[in-house]
Amino acid sequence: MTRYEAVIGIEIHVELKTNTKIFCHSTTEFGGDPNTHVCPVCLGLPGVLPVLNKQVVEYAIKAGLALNCEIAEYSKFDRKNYYYPDLPKNYQISQYDLPICKNGYLEVETGQGKKRIGITRIHMEEDAGKLVHQGTITTSPYSLVDYNRTGVPLIEIVSEPDMRSAEEARAYAEKLRSVIQYAGVSDCRMEEGSLRCDVNVSVHPVGTGEFGTRTEIKNMNSFRSIQKAAEYEIERQIEVLENGGRIIQETRTWDENKGITVSMRTKEEAQDYRYFPDPDLVPLVIEREWVEAVRNSLPEMPEQRVARYIESGLSEYEANVLTASKEVSDYFDQCLKTYNNPKMVSNWIMGDLSRLLNSVNMEICDCRVKPAQLADMLKMIDSGTISGKIAKTVFEEMFNTGKDPETVVKEKGLVQISDESAIAAVVDEIIAANPKSVEDFRNGKDKAIGFLVGQIMKATKGKANPQLVNKLLKDKLS
Amino acid sequence: MITKADVEHVALLGRLYLSEEEKERYTDQLNAILEYAQMLQKLDTENVPPTAHALPMQNVFREDCAGDCLTNEEVLSNAPEREEEYFKVPKII
Ligand SMILES: [Zn+2]
Repeated sequence: MTRYEAVIGIEIHVELKTNTKIFCHSTTEFGGDPNTHVCPVCLGLPGVLPVLNKQVVEYAIKAGLALNCEIAEYSKFDRKNYYYPDLPKNYQISQYDLPICKNGYLEVETGQGKKRIGITRIHMEEDAGKLVHQGTITTSPYSLVDYNRTGVPLIEIVSEPDMRSAEEARAYAEKLRSVIQYAGVSDCRMEEGSLRCDVNVSVHPVGTGEFGTRTEIKNMNSFRSIQKAAEYEIERQIEVLENGGRIIQETRTWDENKGITVSMRTKEEAQDYRYFPDPDLVPLVIEREWVEAVRNSLPEMPEQRVARYIESGLSEYEANVLTASKEVSDYFDQCLKTYNNPKMVSNWIMGDLSRLLNSVNMEICDCRVKPAQLADMLKMIDSGTISGKIAKTVFEEMFNTGKDPETVVKEKGLVQISDESAIAAVVDEIIAANPKSVEDFRNGKDKAIGFLVGQIMKATKGKANPQLVNKLLKDKLS
Repeated sequence: MITKADVEHVALLGRLYLSEEEKERYTDQLNAILEYAQMLQKLDTENVPPTAHALPMQNVFREDCAGDCLTNEEVLSNAPEREEEYFKVPKII
């Protein structure tokens, strides 16, 4: 049987977090009533003149630097002509032959270690409007158009066809999102459409140099669906070839519910966008001083954070897990501001916090426990107010209610018993009730003391200070 | 040379529906325009770098400050058809 190799390339559209659109002063705010965030420029009314938002160029340069790209010295905008109701002008302002960034790369963790994925180019463009349908696009009798998104600034990041598996495709998309977030140029919220991926897939028999015909998959709204769609498409193409068929170059859409890719257009007029330089926009000449200034303004990137975390005593594994998402890493750093014990904070974030977040499918940025509150709780463990064990209960309550640790401890009566005489009384009780274990301990069976401690903790509902319990027990038995 | 097939292709891309008579007429007209513009090909541009813009200008920017948008009524005032706050258009798949 023939063995096949998959070749995957990814195009990612990222919405930049500017206040205003790319060529006019209309707001980019998410939401808003339909057709209220538009002006004559984004509507393409006759006689208007688009003027480039400087912040867009700065963010594009920043993204390019974060992705190890060359920044063009000379760049320009072009019109990409196509007729579709989401474009009020019948063309999209984009960049064709002289994009702002090119020749970059991204290092991705794969099953076989680190792998470098090439970035072909990054260009700036305007987003299109949104079509709304009653029911689905196939059943609805007409389309409604909301132009609020029209003119929202995007960068499109095009990878080289360097990925060889669906896992690598997912790893690339996740890493890219993280780098863009660290660079601070986009929120990368997939559910709001501020990060959109198109995946190109082809397969060819192992050993043959030439790539197969590729298909493009659209409409994936999570990293999981990118992986699943690529997996499905690879298998589908191999099956077609194995049955003597051939792959048609086409656009396919990912059907999340059915878990399959579906052909979007069977007979497509060959793409003919008739690009030409936009006469309304003058060219960009990007001074090297500007590029250096942007480079100096780049925030701390994941690699630097990993190094800092390892320096502070965390393992490489912990440092990598914490920095995989900027939000998690920021949360960690926030905690350290008032509680400087990296190991302890890391244990709680990677342990109880991520377990609780997973259990309700929540992102850390939506977590009710603020970093300062976690820090406060950890201080309460150190001061002996609560035990490490009780802290788990306290934390879960904080997670569910957003209350301060002090409040939870007070309301639930979880303060640790550190009063010697109170604990001593319980210790006496347990000793009296368990003569066999006492005997065993005196005969040198060290394990017996663990049982006695357990009984004391049980009797105090876990609230007794464990160090004190151990000390008193040993005193009384010796 | 522009052929009738080119005219049909461009018309399709622009969603223009042309009669046979129009296709013939536009083929002739477009050819005449192109022929006229062909004069430029006679120029020696060997040492002239390609230009993207007719004016000697570069780096025209605006600051990222929000201004007023149109009201929904103003936005829709030219709409051939509307439904509530939306433009209403034929659906294209
Ligand atoms: Zn506008």
